[in-house]
Amino acid sequence: MGRSRLSAWLVTLPPFAWIALFLFVPYCLLFCYSFWSLDANQQVLHHATFANYLHLATTPLYLTVILRSMRIAFSVVLLSLAIGYPLACFLVFQAGKYRQMLYQAVIIPLWISYLVRAYAWKVIFGNEGVMNTLLQWCHATSHPLGFLLYSPFAVIVTLTHIYAPFVVLPVVASLEKIPPELLESSSDLGANAWQTFARVILPLSLPGVLSGATFAFLLSFGDFLAPLLLGGPSSVMIANIVANLFGADYNWPLGAAVAVLILAMVLTILTLTQKLERRWRAA
Amino acid sequence: MRAGRTFATAYASLAYGFLYLPIVVLVVYSFNRDGVGGFPPQHWTLDWYRTLFADSAMWTAVGNSAIVAFSTVVLSMLIGFPAAYALDRYAFPGKGAFQRLVLLPLIVPGVITGISLLLLTVSSGFHLSLVTVILGHSTALTAVATTEIFAGLAKLDRSLEEASADLGASRLQTLVRIILPGLRTSLLGTALLIFTLSMDEIAVTFFLIGRENTLPLEIWSRLRRGATPEMNAIATLIFLFSVVTIFLSQWLMTRGQTGTSFVQEGITT
Repeated sequence: MGRSRLSAWLVTLPPFAWIALFLFVPYCLLFCYSFWSLDANQQVLHHATFANYLHLATTPLYLTVILRSMRIAFSVVLLSLAIGYPLACFLVFQAGKYRQMLYQAVIIPLWISYLVRAYAWKVIFGNEGVMNTLLQWCHATSHPLGFLLYSPFAVIVTLTHIYAPFVVLPVVASLEKIPPELLESSSDLGANAWQTFARVILPLSLPGVLSGATFAFLLSFGDFLAPLLLGGPSSVMIANIVANLFGADYNWPLGAAVAVLILAMVLTILTLTQKLERRWRAA
Repeated sequence: MRAGRTFATAYASLAYGFLYLPIVVLVVYSFNRDGVGGFPPQHWTLDWYRTLFADSAMWTAVGNSAIVAFSTVVLSMLIGFPAAYALDRYAFPGKGAFQRLVLLPLIVPGVITGISLLLLTVSSGFHLSLVTVILGHSTALTAVATTEIFAGLAKLDRSLEEASADLGASRLQTLVRIILPGLRTSLLGTALLIFTLSMDEIAVTFFLIGRENTLPLEIWSRLRRGATPEMNAIATLIFLFSVVTIFLSQWLMTRGQTGTSFVQEGITT
């Protein structure tokens, strides 16, 4: 028993130490920084103050940007579900012998560089880009549509392209768990295809929808690369503010406070969805 | 019912079209003489690939990325394996908190992981370099390694380990002779996944990069100046590299282990 406890310690200690040093300590530092401030010479003052949080609460800009980030993230989730849910149903119930291949075809884009995919949309949406020249070529418009690139629209499409597969996979997993007998008995009892969907398939797929949607929401919410690359001033998101405060604007304590706010929102949403999921599973 | 089927197939085709359109556009336009725009492409050329192959800064960045990715694979597997093993086999105080903390980088935006490690680096007096990038990648991707290996461990046949113990093997012998060989395909697939993710990582790297650029950061800094056809060429090559890696890992993992379990498990645990 003593030996087994010793080996448990030996196995657990290295990852524990790593996590403590490179995850827990940095998060604590972030928390500390958020209560510090800058003096006139741009030096960090190590006196605790609520000034950063007060500044966040009293400057309307931050609320605007947070709401915009949530709106963009929510649009990404809705679009991803609109594309991903029917696709998942198709894969599970109708793809037949091609199912494995088509499933892999959803996974492949996940392995492709984020940057490559975001850049591709830039090529598609640009003024001289594929979409605009195509539209002009078939005389749908006489001048390039400027709103395609450097807008929340471009950011939403790009993030949807990146996160839609993350929605498909958990939905497929939850649809696969539905026993076929359940669908048979539903139709034996006289339900039509729509009723079977609404009363059996949809409710049983909700846990998958929830985990996919949470993932897509949180990662889109905290994205700063797509807005930098494809969005204009009208699509600045909350993580861009953090990136700027840690870069050109140079105010690390304020940046840390915004980051803590993001982290708190992420953890709250995560806790809520986990509670919801547990309740659904129990039901 | 038949109409419903046709509709579902058409919808699925559209969805696949959406997923693959950007990739097709990139590949096609990397051969377009007139550069990044214009429809339809009229003249074909390999010039952009020639420019790319002569671009030494880009290849230095590729080398840096390879160093980072390789070190990240080694480190995150070295931490991820014992973490997964401990989570699967042992009960210890604080296990729940430990698990949450390990998996947090999966779900927390990269910007948070990046700046919090930046604060650690600066507070401890270190300079930003490829080493800090490696630390960042390893911390973020240990979450992936842990969930992937955890999934692999859960699928192992426990009776083999019990038999090994019954026959007098020590824990270490059982680990080396039974568990590691059983996990071989899962470990290789995980390593490939982490390599690819590290080669692509920007959000964490963004804050931890020193003077030497990784490939995505090099591309990023050029993209900020505007799209050039050379970018289409490098993007196409990166795409090809990803495809080769995927097929390699699929081939390794034909025994039913999926390459993306980290997505689901990261969220549900």
